Amino acid sequence: MSVPINYFLVLAAALFATGAVGFLLRRNLLVLLMSIELMLNAVNLTLVAFNRIHGTDHGGQILAFFIIAIAAAEAAVGLAIVLAFFRLRQTVRSDEANTLKN
Amino acid sequence: MKYIEIAFFAFNALLTFGGGLITVGSRRPIRSAMGLLASIVGIAGCYLLLAAEFLAAIQLIVYAGAVVILFIFVVMLLGSASVSPSDARSAVPRYLGAGVFLFSGVGALGLVIRAATAEAEAAKALPEKFGKVSAIGHEIFTSRIVPFELTGALLLVAVVGAMAVARGKQSDPTRRLDKTAEPEAAE
Repeated sequence: MSVPINYFLVLAAALFATGAVGFLLRRNLLVLLMSIELMLNAVNLTLVAFNRIHGTDHGGQILAFFIIAIAAAEAAVGLAIVLAFFRLRQTVRSDEANTLKN
Repeated sequence: MKYIEIAFFAFNALLTFGGGLITVGSRRPIRSAMGLLASIVGIAGCYLLLAAEFLAAIQLIVYAGAVVILFIFVVMLLGSASVSPSDARSAVPRYLGAGVFLFSGVGALGLVIRAATAEAEAAKALPEKFGKVSAIGHEIFTSRIVPFELTGALLLVAVVGAMAVARGKQSDPTRRLDKTAEPEAAE
């Protein structure tokens, strides 16, 4: 293992920051969902990297496996909600979701 | 050998981070989806370097093969409506929030880098078959069987829920069948 584990952690932190800033900055619902996927991927990378240095069992990798399954479910339900929202408002802008305002 | 691994990591890191930037920064959602795909492939490469071969395969199958395709389906279903027009409303709080998070994110990144350059923890020698399908499968089906089954139940609920939400209000399926000839059935 010649690549130090810290490089992976720095990469994961940068990716998580990118995803979080995108989630706060963008208003397109599709891009918001993609930013969530980026953050989940960054967390997965951190889990697998730590599992590599404490390699007694596969706890981190199995947690990452479950997170991947849950992220797939989340993407399916989120995109269904985007479709329902689009049918209601004919747009995918997140700040058009103001039915409960006022 | 060492330099090959470093170069492979650099390639994957570039793919991952560049893909993330494209995902967040691109105006068209289809380019965002392509950026997400690049990011996912880069992370799969990182998994290979971290002795997680099973996860690398799962990452490619589930993310690149299912999630990104689902995103692209929705982008194409929405067509040109998926590109939201630019609008200055509520710009200030958004940029403020993102700026605050970016500031704290850069601070946290600085802390991680400082800790990273302090001392590189040496990776222990791994047991044989670490990260292989047989080892992970054995562990999932013995000590982690309950969360595995619960994940199956969660996926079932998600499939049913996604269909129910995306289908909308069509109370009478027979009535729907008669109207398929019409281009736009009444909602």
